[in-house]
Amino acid sequence: MTTTSTPPQTIETTASHDGLLERIKSMQSVWILGVLVVIVAVFGALSPTTFLTAGNITNIAQNVSIWAVLAVGMTFVIITSGIDLSVGSVLVVSSVVAAKSMDAMGGQGWSTALIGLVLAVIVGLGWGILNGFLVAKAKVPPLIVTLGTLSVALGIAQIITGGLDIRAAPDVLQDNIGYGRLAGIPAITIIALIVVVVGGIVLHRTRFGRYTYAIGSNEVSARRVGINVDRKLIQIYALSGLLAGFAGILSLAQYGTTTIAGQSLTNLNVIAAVVIGGTSIFGGQGSMFGSMVGLFIPAVLQSGFVIIGVSPYWQTVAVGTILIAAVYVDQQRRAAATRGKGVSTA
Amino acid sequence: MSALFEAHNLSRRFGRVQALDHAEFDVGAGEVVALIGDNGAGKSTLVKALTGNLDIDEGEILFEGSPIHFTTPHDASEVGIEVVHQDLALAPHLDSAENMFLGRELMRPGILGKLGFMDNSAMRQKAAVAFSELGSAVRSVVVPVGAMSGGQKQSVAIARSVAWANKVLFLDEPTAALGVVQTKNVLETIKKVRDRGLAVVLISHSMPHVLEVADRVQVLRLGRRVATYRAADTSVEELVGAMTGALDKKEGAA
Repeated sequence: MTTTSTPPQTIETTASHDGLLERIKSMQSVWILGVLVVIVAVFGALSPTTFLTAGNITNIAQNVSIWAVLAVGMTFVIITSGIDLSVGSVLVVSSVVAAKSMDAMGGQGWSTALIGLVLAVIVGLGWGILNGFLVAKAKVPPLIVTLGTLSVALGIAQIITGGLDIRAAPDVLQDNIGYGRLAGIPAITIIALIVVVVGGIVLHRTRFGRYTYAIGSNEVSARRVGINVDRKLIQIYALSGLLAGFAGILSLAQYGTTTIAGQSLTNLNVIAAVVIGGTSIFGGQGSMFGSMVGLFIPAVLQSGFVIIGVSPYWQTVAVGTILIAAVYVDQQRRAAATRGKGVSTA
Repeated sequence: MSALFEAHNLSRRFGRVQALDHAEFDVGAGEVVALIGDNGAGKSTLVKALTGNLDIDEGEILFEGSPIHFTTPHDASEVGIEVVHQDLALAPHLDSAENMFLGRELMRPGILGKLGFMDNSAMRQKAAVAFSELGSAVRSVVVPVGAMSGGQKQSVAIARSVAWANKVLFLDEPTAALGVVQTKNVLETIKKVRDRGLAVVLISHSMPHVLEVADRVQVLRLGRRVATYRAADTSVEELVGAMTGALDKKEGAA
């Protein structure tokens, strides 16, 4: 480390075995994965016959599936140092438009379901583009933009329905997607898993993902190197909206009805999961894997508390505490990294 | 020597402040030109105007003898002009290879590249070669830039600009925050880049550094070029005199 001349070989170009381990250890998501493992182990020890059963695990996976789809878009948005509060309302308005149209069409077949899917995705995409345009071009802070569209989208959903939920999901949708299973795994979970894996690959392996990090890390430098930051931001918010629309049709399939009043905390739960998973609200940092770990913590707590007979209301207490603790740990690490401790051997 | 990159009569007002007042500028290939001036003399404004970061009110910019207009910094990059900004403009969460190739990623061949997949290992290899060629203090291309020392960050920013500049390299106060060894490295880098035939424009407050590497020194005061000296024929005293206005000579109104 003290030599002054540097032959090419001494510059590290790959994370060596040791370095990789260090890098993994320094990732927030790995610490949080540890927390999740501990929670699972505790519940597993307390109630081995009910908690660690295939049925219960499948149940937990099914419960997080819709949030997982939303969390994929949210991870992209938060990495740009943005936020999307509107996902729950966009989910609702998309499912309302889809349900209303499918109801009008009648029919319980795939063609009706397909129209519903396309409409839900288009409505979601539209709200996402609107969010992105207001953030990137009108320069309104994302918190305000999406707080506004949260309200507007929910209001429109209530206007369309008169505030009453629509029970109109075609049978094929409910039977195959909502209750359907493939090799014992809920279809909705498989769909969510595909979205998560594709989202993770796009975030971590493609140029689109690299630019997402760059914008959150230093927007000015991203602009200086010629990245069209405005267009990327619109695309990223559009992605979040599109996935919220897709989640809208999944929600219809799962519950058989629109959930107008049931999504008021969805946005905050998804944001909490993403942040617990190590994605920084200041941008530039985060991973898809972390967001998924962050999603499972509340779900596992919920299920565990019910099984061991603790009031499930404790779940929200625990999740809130973990959220604050996770961000505290993250801040400490960040401070250490700026002091240069992160460099030495890691 | 005919100028590779030159500007005539550049003017720019900010409200009541005349930041550039019919400023002149020129640099030739294979030449290091230092741009000096007191605070507020218009150095940074001139560099911004020359590199697509700022619109000008009047005047013309010539590149390789023909008029050119940059709307964005990217336009300047496209013709081979790069700037090392004082704030370095690095993304702290990305590593040095990612920063070096930001906006110019190497893509995987074939269908994967079309789908947006990057060739990370090729970028890391090329970045490592670029850093070692410059004798950079960077030891790893896979550590986030935010975790690096000030000197290492500086060398990432310089290596990035050197790698992409093939005509003109601007360096805005590149040695301001550096120690003795790192400063020497930067000055050596400037000479290497010049020897490759590029035009180098160095903005610095450090007169000894300016006199060490520059071929010519252009002095700005109150938004205009008040003097140009051959570095070999001038002294710190003369430069300071020109900067402060104590002695006005040579192209006083140019």
